[in-house]
Amino acid sequence: MLLSEANPATGLFVLVPWIVFAPVIGLLINAFFGKRLGETGVGLVASLASGAAFLVSALQMYALALYPEGAQVKIAEWMHIGSLALDWTFRVDTLSVTMMLVVSGVGTLIHIYAIGYMREDVRFKNDPARFPRFFVFMNFFIAAMMILVSGDNYLMLFVGWEGVGLASFLLIGFWYDMDTLGRPSWANSNTAKKAFITNRIGDFGFLIAGFLMFWYLGSFQFGEVFAAAPEVAKAQPWVITAITIFMLVGVAGKSAQIPLYVWLPDAMAGPTPVSALIHAATMVTAGVYLVARSFPIFGLSPDGQYIVATVGAVTALFAATIAVGQYDIKKVLAYSTISQLGFMVAAVGMGAYVAGMFHLVTHAFFKALLFLSAGSVILGLERGHHHGHHEPSSPALPPKGDGSPLSHRERDRVREAVFDPGDMRNMGGLRKTMPVTFWVYMVGALALAGIFPFAGFWSKDEILLDASLHFPHVYWLLTAAAFLTAFYMGRQVWMVFFGQARHEAAEHAEESPLVITVPLIILAVLSALGGFMNLPFEGFHQFGYWLANTLGKVEFPPFDFVVAGLSTVLALGAIALSWFIYQRKPLENGDPDPLAKPLGPAFVGMENKWFIDEAYQFVIINPYKRLAEFLAQTIDWDFWHEWLHNSVIYKGFVGLAHFLADPVDLGFIDRISYWLSDAIRASAESLRKLQNGFVRSYALSVLLGVVAILGYLLFK
Amino acid sequence: MVPVSYYILLSAILFSLGALGVLIRRNALVVFMSIELMLNAANLAFVAFTRVHETFSGQIFVFFVMAVAAAEVAVGLALVVAIYRSRQNIDIDQMSSLKG
Repeated sequence: MLLSEANPATGLFVLVPWIVFAPVIGLLINAFFGKRLGETGVGLVASLASGAAFLVSALQMYALALYPEGAQVKIAEWMHIGSLALDWTFRVDTLSVTMMLVVSGVGTLIHIYAIGYMREDVRFKNDPARFPRFFVFMNFFIAAMMILVSGDNYLMLFVGWEGVGLASFLLIGFWYDMDTLGRPSWANSNTAKKAFITNRIGDFGFLIAGFLMFWYLGSFQFGEVFAAAPEVAKAQPWVITAITIFMLVGVAGKSAQIPLYVWLPDAMAGPTPVSALIHAATMVTAGVYLVARSFPIFGLSPDGQYIVATVGAVTALFAATIAVGQYDIKKVLAYSTISQLGFMVAAVGMGAYVAGMFHLVTHAFFKALLFLSAGSVILGLERGHHHGHHEPSSPALPPKGDGSPLSHRERDRVREAVFDPGDMRNMGGLRKTMPVTFWVYMVGALALAGIFPFAGFWSKDEILLDASLHFPHVYWLLTAAAFLTAFYMGRQVWMVFFGQARHEAAEHAEESPLVITVPLIILAVLSALGGFMNLPFEGFHQFGYWLANTLGKVEFPPFDFVVAGLSTVLALGAIALSWFIYQRKPLENGDPDPLAKPLGPAFVGMENKWFIDEAYQFVIINPYKRLAEFLAQTIDWDFWHEWLHNSVIYKGFVGLAHFLADPVDLGFIDRISYWLSDAIRASAESLRKLQNGFVRSYALSVLLGVVAILGYLLFK
Repeated sequence: MVPVSYYILLSAILFSLGALGVLIRRNALVVFMSIELMLNAANLAFVAFTRVHETFSGQIFVFFVMAVAAAEVAVGLALVVAIYRSRQNIDIDQMSSLKG
């Protein structure tokens, strides 16, 4: 598969590193010259960088059409240690190019949208200087994601994996010094940390899987690992299962599956384009991609597949129930994302890689569309809110902790604090004030709900079809989730766009400018028509044939009218039910949710996310904090510092020093020298008597000396 | 001819008298004279051996001794004069200011 002269597409394949270089160049330009370029310039550079990556990806697709085997393009050596040989090698095959196209394509649209969105957002948040930084992070994210999807070995994938984790951290915490409503606080930076740390837990699983892989399979390189796997599976089947399960931990972290999904809803603290780019269209699909990429390993472990599929299906249903009880427009979409990721993970876990990847692509379209439209709605409400609020007086302001008066910026934030533009209870009737947003939102919602003929119908149906054939429990879980999906989307659409405005901001909401609506329209077209790239009829599985070049043999089960019919009926029924509950008698301002009464405690659970965050707080975080407290106070401070350092070492040292100073130095060494000096003095005292000053006695001494010497010489 | 042992005996007697003089007498001038006596006792012995061995080396020694004695007396008498001027006597027992 290495590049050869016979390959007609060589010239195009060697361009593949530019999918990473282009966004890196973009981010460098914006990082160094962002302040000088101005907002439009920055946005343009970032969008062009992302667009260039898309262009290169499209060229790769063209090259693959000519030469479906693909290629590996090595650009540099990385590590060569003993038998381990790792290179920076890009892998071009139908699977990676599919991901490249989704990431760069949706990413570029989101970049363009973000030019318009951030221009207003930085002004509502009163800090326009942060504008270039946003696009630097966005391009960094694209570059990292491209490394993730194009790497030819697991470690390169891991580099991208960590890179997107970092990008996600930076972007979630973009407004790090305020909360989601713009009040000064560290709430956003805490959610960024939560996302990062939760992802780290997943990364730990990924790393263990990698170590196992290297130890038992002897390589990180995809081809070598897959070649070695069958033999190991025969000899030690538990190894393969362990690898798949640890990989699942990584997938659960990155793709927000039970039990590590908790970071994703909170990640909505980031600006809306981030929610769309990272938390809907691209980063969270990394886990799905990982499983699809590792298909030869998963295929060898039925236990691993069963666990992955079950986790995905349970997540799909669980998150869907939470989405029903949310009021924040983005939170509903966030839990919907978790639920849809559950569909994908279940699909790839079942071995239905084509269905999973197909849903990944269509979901990228319609979820990006929904998030971006939600952003447009939020901006529309912000505009309406500012429109209605021009009185300069402000309510009594709480003084800051240090007693200093609030700055102008903080004063603005405090005044804004009362109004939450993301709360669906503040909306209503927006279909008249924001018509474009309304129509594209409808397309996205229908696609997500799985209504014929929108994209979501085809991809979701394919997953359900595969599940019904092999994993009945997964099928029933997913069908229930699909019903709830249609229901909560119906609820959201009725609450946001229909009925009467429940807040003056919604009344005065204004439609967004073209730079925002054009990407929305493009995404809406994709969401409407995306399903046609893989119709479930003989001869129309274009996407399946395309992926089969990488995945090998792919089976296409025949279209099942019972499965498709049942899911369509359920979806339509759910929408009708949501109309009956939410729209037959439109909500008034201050009304409780009409579901609260009939469902009782169940709705309280949904509303509060089944208290999972609180449970984690209680079961994991509090004991962890207590452990940290114990380690810090008892072990580190009391034991190491107070006892060992201060008592044992310090006091021991002082004692030793005293011992050496007093008995040894003063008592022994000094005494020797004193004795010596005393002895010398005493002997000198006695000798001075000889020096009596009488010359004659000296003469006598000389005489005696001479006599003595002569005597010695004579008698020796 | 007088046997040489007689000369040596005389020389020893003279030397002993000189040494006794140095040890006993307190007058600086007498001490000087006693030292001269010891030197000349030695000279006598040299001269006596010269006769016995019939060489001139002993006599040459004597000339050297006499020259040295003359120089010594010149320095010594100058010292005695200087001491006498400052202390009005030349008792060597009183010259004890270097007593330890």
